[in-house]
Amino acid sequence: MSAVLKPKNKVLVCDGNEAAAWGVVLSRPDMVAGYPITPQSSLVEYLAQFIADGVLDAEMVEAEGEHSVLSVLQGAALAGGRTYTASCGQGLAFMFEPYFRTPNLRLPIVMSIVTRDGISPQCVWGGQQDAMAVREVGWIQMFCETVQEVLDTTIMAYKIAENHSVMLPVNVNHDGNYLSNGIVRIELPDQDEVDRYLGNKDVNWHVALDPQRPMAVDPLTGGSAGTGPALFSRYRQGQCEGMQNSLGVIVEAHKEWAHRFGRSFAPLIEEYRLDDADYAIITIGSMAGAGKDVVDEARNRGEKVGLIKIKTMRPFPVDTMAAALSKVRAVGVVDRSVCFGWNCGPAFQETLAAMYYARERIPCLSMIGGLAGADLTQVHFDRAVRETAKLLTGPCPRQPIWLNAQD
Amino acid sequence: MKKQSIPIFDQSTIPNNLCPIATEYSKMMPGDWRSMLPVVNRKKCVKCSICWLYCPVQCIIERSGWFDANLATCKGCGICAEECPHGAIEMVAEED
Repeated sequence: MSAVLKPKNKVLVCDGNEAAAWGVVLSRPDMVAGYPITPQSSLVEYLAQFIADGVLDAEMVEAEGEHSVLSVLQGAALAGGRTYTASCGQGLAFMFEPYFRTPNLRLPIVMSIVTRDGISPQCVWGGQQDAMAVREVGWIQMFCETVQEVLDTTIMAYKIAENHSVMLPVNVNHDGNYLSNGIVRIELPDQDEVDRYLGNKDVNWHVALDPQRPMAVDPLTGGSAGTGPALFSRYRQGQCEGMQNSLGVIVEAHKEWAHRFGRSFAPLIEEYRLDDADYAIITIGSMAGAGKDVVDEARNRGEKVGLIKIKTMRPFPVDTMAAALSKVRAVGVVDRSVCFGWNCGPAFQETLAAMYYARERIPCLSMIGGLAGADLTQVHFDRAVRETAKLLTGPCPRQPIWLNAQD
Repeated sequence: MKKQSIPIFDQSTIPNNLCPIATEYSKMMPGDWRSMLPVVNRKKCVKCSICWLYCPVQCIIERSGWFDANLATCKGCGICAEECPHGAIEMVAEED
């Protein structure tokens, strides 16, 4: 006999781009701007459709390029609006100038990066190179594992961004192809409950385009000595503090989400079957699903292996990662992008840095896979687990292992 | 359709390390850091307005019989002197 579970809320069958668009609808932004770029295109198309159909009551600006998209949203945020956009890859590259300015102005804009690999060679497929390339620009960055998490995190992002102790823009990242176009069943949260969760928007209490109170936004600040660079230094310090404050705010936002909506996600770092593990693999983004399946299979063979998943990449949850690393004797990090400067993956580099605060220094192996849209299957993760297990008894290679290079 | 929140500012509650804003008016003008000054020779000026067209900061003002520069906004770039077809404008060093 099978039990039929009656869901409390509306159920949808959709992909990650539509899920993100529904997350935006439920967050009630005042302005959405966009410029299409694969694999993000359908996301802004859904939003344009929602606005045309009256599902979402917001201004839609179809700008002439990504530079204008984010500039338009900066103006809207300065005028007090809640705002949203999405981009990726070369579009994000073209957006870089206003992208850099946004966190410095402390504007709580939410933007999805539907992650795509970097060209050249010409490539429109998934990979996390675009998001990783901009991880040092001051945006909060969260990577999602599932389509439901994409929707839920998009809403949570506003709560985090608009927190007065944070006031920073948030990137909600989901993998191009696998999340952007992978179709699954999701539940749509109740609008009234989302309204109560987010509360009143309070976007421009600290800076505003306001005829009653004229001010220069972003005045020239600097010089060789004195108050100019001192002010600049304080703004940077404030940004770093906002970033650190966001760690606690992200945790609280996820906790309240679980309380109100009954779905919980690890806010910073997820530990999967880690407590009694000898070693672990580390993943980021949608690949974690295949990784967890392979961990389960290895456990059935008697292997004491676990998985650590990074959700929040910026700010990097150093202490949470160090605590997770302290539970095992070796780790292998699987990245979907490349850190050119260190001959490894970016998450590997971050893991090494966090390990300084862990109980001890343990062997750590970099593995790079899933570039240019390649699927990271159980076959690849099976290899990742076996290569990591070797670290317990053998030497630790200094070179990364390229998981898809011989497919 | 109510779209915007009303910004209410109480600056004492805003940390000074948050967002770069300036609320005091800066009185500095481009003329305050000019090193070269355009001087118009009224006998040569035929009021062709080439200087007016070329000035990048639109500081050329029209007088009854000639064109002149508004020295508050003129930054002394010398483009007017370079472009004047009658050689009516000479750039002269500012005194300290």
